[in-house]
Amino acid sequence: MSYYMEDFDVAVIGAGHAGVEAALASARLGMKTALFTLTLDQIANMPCNPSIGGTAKGHLVREIDALGGEMGKFADAAMIQSRMLNRGKGPAVHSLRAQEDRRKYHTIVKHALEQEENLYIKQGEIVAIHLKDNAVESVETRLDAVYRVRAAIICCGTYLNGLIHVGETSYESGPDGTTAAKGLTDSLKEKGLTIRRFKTGTPSRVNRRSIDFSVLEAQPGDERIVPFSFETHRPLVNVVDCFIAYTNENTHQVIRENLHRSPLYSGRIEGIGPRYCPSIEDKVVRFSDKPRHQLFIEPMGLDTEEYYLQGMSSSLPEDVQLKFLRTIRGLEEVEVMRTAYAIEYDCCDPQDLLPTLEFIHIQGLYGAGQFNGTSGYEEAAAQGLVAGINAALKIQRKEPLVLDRASSYIGTLIDDLVTKGCMDPYRMMTSRSEYRLLLRQDNADQRLTPIGRELGLIADARWNAYQQKMRDIAAERRRIVKLSLPPTEALNRMLETRGTTAVTTGVRAVELLRRPQISYQDLAPFDPTRPEQSEEVTEQVEIELKYEGYIKRQVSQVEEMRRLEKRPIPADISYDGVYGLRLEAVEKLKKIRPLNIGQASRISGVSPADISVLLIWLEQNSGQKSPMQTEQGGRTDD
Amino acid sequence: MEKTIAAISTPHAVGGISVIRISGGEAIQIADRVFRGVSGRKLEEHKGYTAAYGQVCSGGRMLDEAVALVFRAPKSYTGEDVVELSCHGGLYNTREVLRAVLDAGASPAGPGEFTRRAFLHGKIGLTQAEAVAELIQARNGQAVRAALAMREGRLFEKITAIKDSLLTLAGHLSAWVDYPEEEIPEIGQTEIEAVLVQALEKLTQLLCSYDRGRMLREGVDTVIVGKPNVGKSTLMNQLAGFQKSIVTDIAGTTRDIVEEIVDLGDLSLRLADTAGIRQTEDPVEKIGVDFAKKRLQSAQLVLAVFDSSESLTEEDLLLIEDVSEHPCIAVVNKSDLETKMDLDFLKSRFSSMVFVSAKEETGMEELRREMIRVLRLGDLDASAAMLFNERQRSGAQQAVSALQEALDTLRAGMTLDAVTVSVESALESLMELTGEKVSDRVVDEVFSHFCVGK
Repeated sequence: MSYYMEDFDVAVIGAGHAGVEAALASARLGMKTALFTLTLDQIANMPCNPSIGGTAKGHLVREIDALGGEMGKFADAAMIQSRMLNRGKGPAVHSLRAQEDRRKYHTIVKHALEQEENLYIKQGEIVAIHLKDNAVESVETRLDAVYRVRAAIICCGTYLNGLIHVGETSYESGPDGTTAAKGLTDSLKEKGLTIRRFKTGTPSRVNRRSIDFSVLEAQPGDERIVPFSFETHRPLVNVVDCFIAYTNENTHQVIRENLHRSPLYSGRIEGIGPRYCPSIEDKVVRFSDKPRHQLFIEPMGLDTEEYYLQGMSSSLPEDVQLKFLRTIRGLEEVEVMRTAYAIEYDCCDPQDLLPTLEFIHIQGLYGAGQFNGTSGYEEAAAQGLVAGINAALKIQRKEPLVLDRASSYIGTLIDDLVTKGCMDPYRMMTSRSEYRLLLRQDNADQRLTPIGRELGLIADARWNAYQQKMRDIAAERRRIVKLSLPPTEALNRMLETRGTTAVTTGVRAVELLRRPQISYQDLAPFDPTRPEQSEEVTEQVEIELKYEGYIKRQVSQVEEMRRLEKRPIPADISYDGVYGLRLEAVEKLKKIRPLNIGQASRISGVSPADISVLLIWLEQNSGQKSPMQTEQGGRTDD
Repeated sequence: MEKTIAAISTPHAVGGISVIRISGGEAIQIADRVFRGVSGRKLEEHKGYTAAYGQVCSGGRMLDEAVALVFRAPKSYTGEDVVELSCHGGLYNTREVLRAVLDAGASPAGPGEFTRRAFLHGKIGLTQAEAVAELIQARNGQAVRAALAMREGRLFEKITAIKDSLLTLAGHLSAWVDYPEEEIPEIGQTEIEAVLVQALEKLTQLLCSYDRGRMLREGVDTVIVGKPNVGKSTLMNQLAGFQKSIVTDIAGTTRDIVEEIVDLGDLSLRLADTAGIRQTEDPVEKIGVDFAKKRLQSAQLVLAVFDSSESLTEEDLLLIEDVSEHPCIAVVNKSDLETKMDLDFLKSRFSSMVFVSAKEETGMEELRREMIRVLRLGDLDASAAMLFNERQRSGAQQAVSALQEALDTLRAGMTLDAVTVSVESALESLMELTGEKVSDRVVDEVFSHFCVGK
C-alpha cells in the first residue's frame, strides 16, 4: 500500500558520478532535490578503475569544472598520482589523468553532498515512476513511499537488472557486490521506453604483498602537476607509483584452452560489450598475432593493499583467472582479492532523448550516465551535470542548455548519443571531435565558464578571477604581437641550438613563436620587458599564437556549422506533413526529433536533399508570412 | 552566414551570352578576385544595380571579357549579394570562368540552391518553391542512376582507395593519441609523409584526367580556323551533317561563333566555326575576329583550314604561327582543283595533315582518325576513373589543398594534432564525394585494427 511522503522539485535516481553532478547542479540552481541511492556507502563509488581522466575524458572533467560542476575538485582532493598524457603530441590532445584514492573520493563526495543546501540524500530504491498527462508526477520507493516531483533524472549506472557473469556462473547483482535494482525497468517499459541490454566488465583486484614489484617497470607521476579544477591552486603531489607488466605466450595459452568456459564465447551473455574495453580473452582471440599485452598495476588507495589490474578484465572462471594471472612476470604468487567479472545491465536508447537529455515523449524525465548507453565516470558526470541543469531550467521555465559540438566534448558526447545513438557502450575519444584544436583541456574555462556564470553556477570570486585571467591574456597577447627582437648573437645561438635558422635582421617575436621548435619560454632572455605572468596566461598566449592559422580555420568551420544549428525546428512539427521528404528521412526525424537543422543534418539516413526540403517547409511555416513577390521579377532558373 | 555559391545560370548549350551567377555574403569579394574592370574600380565600390565592363582573369591569364552586374542584398534574385558575370557564350569558356570563380572561394551551387535561397529570403513564392522541391527530388533520382553507371563506379573505387589509405593513417594517429599507454607504435614522419604524398599524387592525377575525361564525355573543344573563305563553314557543316551557319562567298560573313556538337562515333566534337582571322577595319567584324583568337587560346583541338588551290599568303603564315602551340590538324580543302599551295611547307609545319573536299564530302573518315590520333584518345580508357563534374572536381581540389596543408604542417615540424586535423579535413572532402561521415569511420578504424582498451 503506497503512501505519500514529501514533495521535491527534482528526484535524482542513483548517486554515482552522473547522479552526484545532477543533484548538485539541481540543488544549486535552487531546486529542492532528492538524491536516491541503493546504499549510502557506494556514493560516487569507482567500481572499475581507480582513476579519473585520461584521453578526452580529462577534457570532460576540465569542462565539467569550467561549467560549474564538481568532479574536478573531488578528483584533485582525492588524487594520489597525476599525469598529463600525450605531452609532445600537441596541445589539442594533452589529457589529464589522476589515480584516485577510491574510498577517500567516496567520503569526500558523500560529505559534500550532505552539506549542500537544498539537497536531501535518501537511501532507497526507486521502483516506479508515475506520470500524469505524460509528465513525471511522482517516484515510488521499494518501501512504497511516494515522493511528488516535477522532474526525475535516472542515473542508475549498471544497477538496472544487473547480472554478473564469472565463468559458468551468473547471478543478479549490482557492481562491487551490491544488490541489483529491480522494478524500475518494468515501470519504464510500461511507459513505452525502449530498454536495451549492454555489458561491461572489470578486472581483478589483488593484494600488494603478493606482487613482485622488483621485476616491474614503475610509472611515476608528473613532476609538476596540473590540477583538474581551474579553482585548485594549492600544489598537488604524487604519493604512489603505478606499474607496468606484460602477458606472455603462456598467459594466452591458458586463456585459449579455457575459452569454452567463458560466458561470452558460450553465448550466455546477450548484452553488447564495449569495443574500447575488451576483456583479455577478447584481445587474445581477436589479436592473436600480438605476442604480449600490456597491463597496468594501480593502487586503489592509501589505506588499502588492493591493486587494480588495468587491461585484464575477464569473465573466465575464477580458477582460470588465477592460473593466467600467475603466468605473468611479477604476479607469479599473486593473491586475488576480488575476482574479475562481466556485468549485464539495462539501459535506454539515447536516441529517445533530446539534446537536453530529457526523454522526447515524457515531460520531466531525464537520463544520464551508463543508463544512456555510455561508459566511464567522466562521461556519466558530464551528462549528469547537463541533465541536472536542464531539469532545473525546465521547472523554472527557462531556455534549456544545449551545448553544441563546437563548444565542448560534453556537447559532442550528447550530440553523438542523441543524434547517432550508440550500439555499444560509448567512450569519449579525442577523435570524436572534429573541432579538437579548439576544444583543448587548457581552454575549457574560456569555452564554458561564461555559460556556467550565466546559469548561476559560477560564484563571484571565481568569475572575477576568470575575467582577470582573460584580461591578462589579451594584454600579454597585445604586447607580444608588437614585440620585435634584434638579431643578437645570443638570440641566434639559442635559435641554432633549437635546430632552427638564425636571423640576420630584427624579427617579430611572433614569427619566432610560430616556429614549432621555439617556445614562449625560450624567448624570455630576449624579452626584457616581459611582465610576470602566471603560466596559465602565458600558455594561452603561446598556443593561440603558435596555432593561430589552424585555429582560425577551425573557427570558420564552426561558423559554418552554427549557421545550421541556429535554425530551430518546432517541437510539434509533423514530419508526415512535410511534402517531399523521403520515407526513410521521415522515420528517422520522427524518432530523433532534432532541435534544429544542424542536428537533423547529422542524422544518418537524412540526405542534403531532405534538409533542403525541410528548410523550405520551415520557411513556409515560420508563422511570419514571407513576402511572396520576386523583387526584380524575371528569371527563375536553376 | 551562408556559404557563397556559384553556378552557370544560363542553359548549358550554345548561346550568345552565358551568365555565371555568384550569390552570398562574399559574392562581391570573390568576383573582385577574378574580375578586372576597365575602369579600374573594384566591384566592392559599386552600388547595387550597376554594371561594369572588364575581364575575367585566373592566374594572370585572361579568360574572357565580361560584364559584371552587381546586386546588393536584399535587392537581388536570391536576396543576398549577387554578382552576375555575363560572358561570351561557349561551354568551355563558361566553365573556365566558373572554375576560376570556385577557385577564388565560392562553392558550387547545389541543385535548386539559388531558388532555395530566393525562397528563404522571401523573394519568390510558395508555388515556385514547391517546384524546386520536385526538382530536387528529380535530381536525386538522377544522381542515384548516375551512381550506378560504371564509370562513376570506377571513380568511387579510386576515391575509396585514396580515402582508405588516409583513413588507415587517421585511425593510426587517432589510436596513438587516444590510447597513449597501449604500445601503439608511433608512426614516423617519413611514413606519414609517404601516405600523404601518395594520396596527393593520385588525386592530382584524377584532377588532371578531368579535362581529358571531359573531352570524352562532353566532346572535344574544337576550333576551325583559317583565313576567310577557305571553306571553314562548309567543313563544319559537313562534319555536323547539316547546315548551321551561313555559308556565302563573301569573305567575313561568319561573324559570331557558331557552336555545334558533332558526334563522330566514339569521338564527339564541340565545334566552333569562328570568324575568319583577318585584318579588318570593320569594328563589328573585329569583335568576331578578336573573339576567334581568344577562342583559339582555349581550344583542345584546332582544325586549320587551307585552300590548296591558292598559294600560301602572309595571313596563312600568321595563322600557322598562331596555332603552332596547339594540337592541330592541317585540313587542306578543295583537293579537286589544281594545287598551287606549297604542301611540303605545310607538311613541315604540321604534324598532321588531311586532304578533304568539302564539296564532294571526301576525306572525312581520315580526318576523324587523325583527330583521335592527335588527341591521343585512342588509348584513353573510357571506363577509367574520372571526375565528372565541377562538384567532384571541387571536392577533389579541396582534398588536395587539405593534404598539402597536412604535408606543410608535418614538414614544418608542428605537432601531429594539427596534422591530423588537416588529414581529416581532406577525408571529409573525399567522403562528401562518397557520402560518409569522417569521425565515425575513424573510430571504427581504431577499434578494428588496434588492440586497445583497459
